[in-house]
Amino acid sequence: MSTPVEQEQGRVEPIGSELVSEDKPWQTIVWNDPVNLMSYVTYVFQKLFGYSREQATKLMLDVHHKGRAIVSSGSKEKMEGDVARLHAAGLWATMQHES
Amino acid sequence: MIPWERVGDTATTKIDRQEAAVLRGMVAGIEEMLKARQDEAPQDELAALTGIRTGSTIAPDDPILGRLLPDFYRLDAEDTPATKADRDSAAALRSLHEPELLDLKTGVAGVVLDTCPPGGGLVKLSLEQADAWLSAINDVRLALGTTLDVTEDMPDELPDDDPRAPHLGVYHWLTWMQESLIAALAGDEL
Repeated sequence: MSTPVEQEQGRVEPIGSELVSEDKPWQTIVWNDPVNLMSYVTYVFQKLFGYSREQATKLMLDVHHKGRAIVSSGSKEKMEGDVARLHAAGLWATMQHES
Repeated sequence: MIPWERVGDTATTKIDRQEAAVLRGMVAGIEEMLKARQDEAPQDELAALTGIRTGSTIAPDDPILGRLLPDFYRLDAEDTPATKADRDSAAALRSLHEPELLDLKTGVAGVVLDTCPPGGGLVKLSLEQADAWLSAINDVRLALGTTLDVTEDMPDELPDDDPRAPHLGVYHWLTWMQESLIAALAGDEL
């Protein structure tokens, strides 16, 4: 689970990029963990984000096989809310700037 | 215990006395840990006046609480070490959001303790209560999974000399109960 993540490798940004990066959307990432059940993760994605069972299952499988999946993107405030709701459900979620 | 069944807007099962005692004991244990964490939150008069509560800025030392109350940023990635700005930002978000998260988690624990009969018997839940059960059972599984160092391909049984062996059965039982409740809830609507 601590496998380096491709998208984050290019995350080191040149000085001064912070001003520009304000425009970039944020992302909510869900990470794989050995406890959460596949059926539960799918259920939570449907419940919290209103995804269809098909969409939710695809995201769950990405988490399971690739170790992580981007489950939503948008403003920083919105992503804070999404991460908070995922934490309430017991999923391991974090947020990051799109890179 | 029999599998959960959904009829209309209720989910029902029957639980025996011993199962009810085990479940209630574990949920109460988690609730107690979370309440102890709540009590550690900084108290200030401004918060009392404004209603804006602040939680701790520091992640819990305890691995179970750490798993139940994760950081908002990934601070342990090996390829991109967290900067001071990342850590400061994670601390600020924790302080902002942790009080509500603790309320939610103690709340779902409370729903289980209110609706699971101490002597066993019929459990009848509204769909909202059933979702609370799912979250609370999941929190117990996260706690047990952390303690037992559970892996994805955890065997059904461990060797007898493994000190974790007796507890693994409880973990698998909770897994079964959660799967069954999800199947009952998802069967109709989702």
